[in-house]
Amino acid sequence: MTRHVIAPVDELPPGTRKFLTIDERPIAIFNINGEFFGLLNRCPHQGAALCEGPLIGLAQSSNPGEIEYTRHGEILRCPWHGWEFDIRTGQSYCDPKKFRTRAYPVNVEPGSSVVKGPYVAETLAVSVESDYVVVDL
Amino acid sequence: MNVQFRDRPEPASSASVKTAIADCDIHPARATRDELYPFLARRWHGHLETFGVHAYQGMMEGPPYPKTQPNASRRDAWPPEGGQQGSSLSFMQKQHLDPNNVALGVLNPLGATGQGMRNHDLSAALATAINDWQIEKWTSKDSRLKASVVVANEDGMAAAAEIRKRAGDRNFVQVLLLSRNVEPLGQRRYWPIYQAAEEAGLPVGVHAFGFGGNPITASGWPSYYIEEMVGHSQCQQTALASLVLEGVFERHPKLKMIMIEAGFGWAPSLSWRLDKVFEKLHGEVPHLKRKPSEYLRDHIFWTTQPMEDPERRDHLFDVIDWIGWDKLLFATDYPHWDYDEPSRVLPAGVSDANREAFYLTNALKLYGIS
Repeated sequence: MTRHVIAPVDELPPGTRKFLTIDERPIAIFNINGEFFGLLNRCPHQGAALCEGPLIGLAQSSNPGEIEYTRHGEILRCPWHGWEFDIRTGQSYCDPKKFRTRAYPVNVEPGSSVVKGPYVAETLAVSVESDYVVVDL
Repeated sequence: MNVQFRDRPEPASSASVKTAIADCDIHPARATRDELYPFLARRWHGHLETFGVHAYQGMMEGPPYPKTQPNASRRDAWPPEGGQQGSSLSFMQKQHLDPNNVALGVLNPLGATGQGMRNHDLSAALATAINDWQIEKWTSKDSRLKASVVVANEDGMAAAAEIRKRAGDRNFVQVLLLSRNVEPLGQRRYWPIYQAAEEAGLPVGVHAFGFGGNPITASGWPSYYIEEMVGHSQCQQTALASLVLEGVFERHPKLKMIMIEAGFGWAPSLSWRLDKVFEKLHGEVPHLKRKPSEYLRDHIFWTTQPMEDPERRDHLFDVIDWIGWDKLLFATDYPHWDYDEPSRVLPAGVSDANREAFYLTNALKLYGIS
């Protein structure tokens, strides 16, 4: 597993997302209310750039006529066919047994750790004073 | 190892589509409402601004949008220069035509194109305008793209006149109707359309949707969009039964029709049912010389998107075997949200010859493109 420095935390404020290609893999990193998530930017259904979709909540119903809307902003909806994926796990709500998209662990690391650690950040100048978003691939 | 930073991802890759394809359902859009004005007489500019379009169906702006995504379109299909999805030729080329190796793209304009309007003069004027617009903005700028002759569908004579005007113009490869009309499509008011299309050697495409003034399912207005989506198949079944039983194909033995965006998995059962009742009731329709299924098999082509997706792919292949591998036309429905990705849509296990027919040669042959 290789760790990659994505960006200084200041450049990925809550509500934003960043698209990258790492080792030829399309990846998207999300900041949702201060929590960071990483997903493969490819829908397992027909290959759309999944992470261009909106972040919605989860509509569930235990009985017809009773609808619960939870997990606001944690469900990613594919920009083509509307398939829904859990941003935390990559699990599909459309066909969970057959389809999931790859989720990657994302962390925030202090600059001191990034400078010394086994991280890869060839195009990003890092300094000890900042915190960085780091993804494990 | 490199970390590349990009503001947006590249368009989704379709590297596995190596051979050329035909896309028989592409929806070009107008970037602005007045984009058709240069092609419309001045009296209609004022008319549109003063009275708007008067459709057979109330809430014309209501049913089509929003449908799961803005403008019922892929969220990644907004052109960078602005305007509605499908309104930019350069972005369509970059996002769809080039990467997917589209050799032929058939344009099916939707929206306020003149179809389904109560003012038949306005209907005819808008249809002519949208046809001129297709040449000016699309087909003259990219030879891969071919236009549909949009017609004033409820005015058979005006529609026939428009078809005759475009006959022989190779910018156009088909006549376009929608599935929801004031009456079932085999009725006599529509006969001049089929007469003119047969004379012009143009197939008639029937795209799902339309504004006929009737509820969009046979039992009324449904609650959910998902019901409307599956309702297209019953609408096209009604249209097909009407076309066959009214004798349209008996009268026009060279006429070809294309059912666009309503699936095809239901085609065999419709035929079986028609044949079964025809055995008993053929005295009612003595103008038919053959079984209903024979007309359907000989005259009807079907676009994919949507393609049924049964759990067992041999079920899909059974249906296609019944329809004929020579009758399916590949379509993506770009830029709409239910777009089918060319490299993903056909299950494994199809012979090379059938694959090529499915993706390309059926369409080239039907549309007379060499």
